[in-house]
Amino acid sequence: MQQVPFLSLITFLPLFGMIIILLLPKSNEKAIKSVSIIITGIQVVLAGMIWSMYNYSLGGINNQATYQFVEKFRWIEIATVSWLGTIKVDYFMGIDGLSAPLLFLTALISFIAAISSWKIDHSLKGYHAMYLLLVTGMVGVFVSLDLFLFYIFWELMLLPMYFLIGIWGGPRKEYAAIKFFIYTLFGSVFLLLVMIGLYLSATETLANGTKVFTFNMIALMDPQNYTQTGILSPLNPNNLRFVAYIAMFVGFAIKIPMFPFHTWLPDAHVEAPTAISVILAGVLLKMGTYGILRLNFPIFPEITQQLVWWIALFGAINIIYGALCAMAQKDFKKLIAYSSVSHMGFVMLGMASLNTAGISGAVFQMFNHGTITAMLFLIVGVIYDRAHTRGLDDFGGLAVQMPIYTGFVSFAFFAAIGLPGLSGFISEAFVFLGAFSNVQIRVITVVSTLGILLGAGYMLWTLQRVYLGKLNEKWNKLPDLDFREYAMLVPLAVIILILGVYPSFMLDLMNSSVNTMVTFMAKSQTFFSSIQF
Amino acid sequence: MNGSNLITLSLFILFAPLVGFWFTLILGKKVEKSYLIEIVISTLVLLTTIYVTFTKLFYFPDTKFVSEFTWINLGEMPLLGKVTVELGMMIDNITALMLFVVALISSLVHYYSIEYMKGDKRYNRYFAFLGIFTFSMMGIVLTHNILMMYIFWELVGLSSYLLIGFWFEKDSASDASKKAFLVNRIGDLGMFAGILLIFVNYHTFTFDKIFMAIGNGVLPFNSEFWLTIVGILLFCGAIGKSAQFPLHVWLPDAMEGPTPVSALIHAATMVAAGVYLVARIFPMMTGDALLFVAVIGALSAFIPATIALTQTDIKKVLAYSTISQLGYMIMALGVGSFAFGFFHLVTHAFFKAGLFLGAGSVIHAMHHEQDIMKMGGLRKKLPVTYYTFLIFCLAISGVPLTSGFLTKDGILAGTFAFGLLTGNSIFAITGFFVAMLTAFYMFRILILTFHGKPQDEHKYEHAHESPFLMIAPLVLLAILSIFIFYTANPFNADSGWVLSNWIKTPASVVPEHARYSFMVPEKMQEAAVKTTEHITHSEVYTEALHHAHIPAVLLSLVLAGLGILLAFAFYQWKKIDVDALTLKVKPLYTFSLNKWYFDEFYHKTFVSGLLGISNILAWFDNYVVDGIVNGAASVTRMLSRFSGVFDNYVVDGAVNLTATFSGLIGLAFRKLQTGKVQAYVVLVVFSLVLLLLFFVKI
Amino acid sequence: MTSIGLQHYLVVSSILFSLGLFGIVTRKNAVMVLMGIELILNSANINFVAFARYGNFGFDGQLIALFVVILAAAEAAVALAIVLNIYKNFSTVNVDEIDKLKE
Repeated sequence: MQQVPFLSLITFLPLFGMIIILLLPKSNEKAIKSVSIIITGIQVVLAGMIWSMYNYSLGGINNQATYQFVEKFRWIEIATVSWLGTIKVDYFMGIDGLSAPLLFLTALISFIAAISSWKIDHSLKGYHAMYLLLVTGMVGVFVSLDLFLFYIFWELMLLPMYFLIGIWGGPRKEYAAIKFFIYTLFGSVFLLLVMIGLYLSATETLANGTKVFTFNMIALMDPQNYTQTGILSPLNPNNLRFVAYIAMFVGFAIKIPMFPFHTWLPDAHVEAPTAISVILAGVLLKMGTYGILRLNFPIFPEITQQLVWWIALFGAINIIYGALCAMAQKDFKKLIAYSSVSHMGFVMLGMASLNTAGISGAVFQMFNHGTITAMLFLIVGVIYDRAHTRGLDDFGGLAVQMPIYTGFVSFAFFAAIGLPGLSGFISEAFVFLGAFSNVQIRVITVVSTLGILLGAGYMLWTLQRVYLGKLNEKWNKLPDLDFREYAMLVPLAVIILILGVYPSFMLDLMNSSVNTMVTFMAKSQTFFSSIQF
Repeated sequence: MNGSNLITLSLFILFAPLVGFWFTLILGKKVEKSYLIEIVISTLVLLTTIYVTFTKLFYFPDTKFVSEFTWINLGEMPLLGKVTVELGMMIDNITALMLFVVALISSLVHYYSIEYMKGDKRYNRYFAFLGIFTFSMMGIVLTHNILMMYIFWELVGLSSYLLIGFWFEKDSASDASKKAFLVNRIGDLGMFAGILLIFVNYHTFTFDKIFMAIGNGVLPFNSEFWLTIVGILLFCGAIGKSAQFPLHVWLPDAMEGPTPVSALIHAATMVAAGVYLVARIFPMMTGDALLFVAVIGALSAFIPATIALTQTDIKKVLAYSTISQLGYMIMALGVGSFAFGFFHLVTHAFFKAGLFLGAGSVIHAMHHEQDIMKMGGLRKKLPVTYYTFLIFCLAISGVPLTSGFLTKDGILAGTFAFGLLTGNSIFAITGFFVAMLTAFYMFRILILTFHGKPQDEHKYEHAHESPFLMIAPLVLLAILSIFIFYTANPFNADSGWVLSNWIKTPASVVPEHARYSFMVPEKMQEAAVKTTEHITHSEVYTEALHHAHIPAVLLSLVLAGLGILLAFAFYQWKKIDVDALTLKVKPLYTFSLNKWYFDEFYHKTFVSGLLGISNILAWFDNYVVDGIVNGAASVTRMLSRFSGVFDNYVVDGAVNLTATFSGLIGLAFRKLQTGKVQAYVVLVVFSLVLLLLFFVKI
Repeated sequence: MTSIGLQHYLVVSSILFSLGLFGIVTRKNAVMVLMGIELILNSANINFVAFARYGNFGFDGQLIALFVVILAAAEAAVALAIVLNIYKNFSTVNVDEIDKLKE
């Protein structure tokens, strides 16, 4: 279709940057930092180009022809023993309305976090090399359409994250890093099992007419492709699809993080350096919900239908539980971490609605949570850089000392509590509209609207404790924002504002995909009910 | 003349203040006089609004201007078809009136603030905030759909938050702003739930489309009950924003904001948005929903009035009186007296803004003293303030020749008529009683502030009349509090242009048996009234209202007079010893002084409860949920230690045991190894012999 | 008087063997042990020759006896050399004292 392999470019560019950094001398700190910023900057430009060429009318999801920027060729092909046939893995990338917003988000947040990494002061070379590797992993997850490739990127991003927290983190960094690593790996195991199960259950017909097992996500979405006896095949009366669904869901839920798998998040956030917190909240958490939307939903539509009530329930628990926990925190970063738990609950609630408004809201909320929470963590970073403490009760009256900073803080806080005119409102409203339209989860939706109130509660309380009131004299020397901090905060603020006023920029992007998805889910429902045993 | 330019001009009215906000905010301290941007914009907005309002009211009183565009297109939704979300504007008569009220008071407050806020270190920012408030308020007024109304609803909440907490160094101010926002959010939750219900059933947010659907018999979940619920839920938004019982607690605290802000936001415009909302959704309110509205209104009229009797902070008294007056309007709408309810909103906006600005003038003169017990005798020092304040007090008490008389008596007549028709006279009784209380406490503060002897000589000495920019708005508002602007007949507003041409009760779209019985037009009349669609009420109602008018006027006059008289007797002539009386009704007095203990109650139950739950959950999270995770880790570690031990001692032990065993055997056999060749030889031979014996049968 | 038959040779050879064995086992001097070995070898020689004479084996027995004689000579030479070396190292040829093999 097109000549330039944009997706490969945007995925492997950071890897290229990493090699450059590894070649640079350790002492040339400026160059190392700059490479990191320039590479991620180019990524943003590439993402912009992809956006400009993106065709809004194509749906994607279960139709390979309507994916865009597709790159597909045979990657691994091994002829093995007869009963296994040929092992075949494709290098298969492409985007649709589900992944495109997240791809742009990743490029943007990576860039911002690279700027924010400027203040890292030891082992720079290692840090930036790891960082760029991480970016490759993240982008890769969002563009791969082959399960195998997906899994590789999924694991690829784990390792640098482990080191980034474990080496450049705070006082309890080892604990946090190991917790993060093991927890995520625990989830990956489930993912891997299901992946292999799926592989052995579905076949794809090659050009020469032979049928081979496949990792192709899109092929896996079509029930026709499954073998009669596959362990995860809907045609097999004794299939284990339900178990597989739960396993895969848990694997992704850990990443979201869904209650009760969320406790790695506060620790990881508190210990991680600011830039990594930004990445963690801005991009990594989205992988969980993205995974559910991309894999769980279309591959197991019939089980999704059965379980929407539970998904919504856990979403609601996330929303309210996260908000209440946030209210009790004394550490600024922990508070934001729990607010993330709460906000990701909205995504789950929206997904569970299985209708256009809800899923649009969920995907949009993923994007908005990315920008807003990134801003919140940057804000904490600003204050931590200056005061070296994050205790909410250590401050007070900072608005007097740092008025412009406080302006940005209020902006971000109000965005987080869903003030109309800022992007968070639209996504939350759509999530609620969608979820409420689904009869099954209506009651849960009404209960979770409490989250709006609680969110406002802890955010405003924080605003008051840290920024309002009399200035704590200890901090009367803190300078206001510098140029670098403007460079990070202003773009995010502008995006939040623009998407709040005219959300169609984003909603149109995902609309046809979301509609395709909803239609597909509804259709498969009838298909599956026809082969019920 | 055609009205096609009205929408365009309204766009200017809406967005100009926003532009002013951004400019003033960003230029901020860099440009010294950046507040002038806001002043200029506010003036331009006022002029435009005057043009729009009066063009609309005089030339197109029966036309509705609507303009909309698609904001969000959800495309062809599976199962539902095409769904879009429109934003748009609508200008009808109440919009036009409201526009005028907001623009006028907003710009007066702008001018007033130039003097009042002088010397404040965040001077420019203050004006920026006024700008965003005006923008949001205009948005509420101009919108044609409920979603957009919700959006601006929240935005006025934001600007109110910013302005109440303007002096955020004071803890009381930052507390008050937080409280205001959160309490409002509670109401907004209800409103949002109502919006959800509407969207689920009608897939649109536009008022007219919703009304049309209901008119065509499409009910939420096919039941009138749910229509009532929708109405009540939407009304929850009004309970929050208009500080109605039980969410009224934020408004008195909101007085921590600068006084002009209190006048603009917390007296005249924003708090009236709740009334405006009820007026907007009036056609879809069922009888039950309206009754609920009326009850809330009556409670909100009564409770704050009793609290206002004992408060000594001049702004707090005014705040409670605001709640009480808003309760009046809500009650009026609730009993179906739409026109007077809305009319009262307009007149109240003027005289209450005037009262606050007057109070501001006093506070300004007294160097930020707000306690009326420390004032007194200010009449001579602040003559203009005094006389305008007097006019406002007369207006709010409902004394003839003032605007307040017209509307208040209309409301009272409405409740009276409601009583006559339904036999439910509680609203009328509340109304009349509150009218007396209002007259009493208003004259109480008037007397304590301006009459008598100065209580604080020092401050009194330094008091002086406020500058022109603060006086002029007072005078203008005082003039607007006179009947002549609304009707030619000072005793009956019915024939006036406001009621006869401008404010018309919208036709109800609710199924007939779900309405109040008197809101169902008689079948006989139906054909006749087809041409004038606005008439909702039955003939019976009009008749009842007519009959109720004269008694209502007389009764309210007597009661208002009684209230005023009592106030003079208590505080001016000191005929009745206030302190002795206070002692006699001590429990009642403290109950009122402590505001019925609402704050304490909410704090002890909801706030503490919530914080308690959140602490428990955080503990739970930290020790139980995370405990399980860490426990799992510990268990794994223990297992690994155990398996380490097992490996070390059992598995490796077995290996070592074999070795040790062989060693032991070796030790035993070692004895045989003497190293002596001869011994070996003997052994060999011996063994050979044995073997031979064994194998070879000899 | 009976004629001398195979049994007589065998008796002589067993006596010789026993004497040799007795010498090997009981003598302390290494040289004496060697002499015991010579006795055993020769007893074996007698057996070979005797069987060759009375058995049906042709000249095989005599041939092997010759080999044994030669071997015995060679063995004696080597063994004596060893004994000499032992003496050099341990200053004794008493086999009881030479129990290095134990270690």
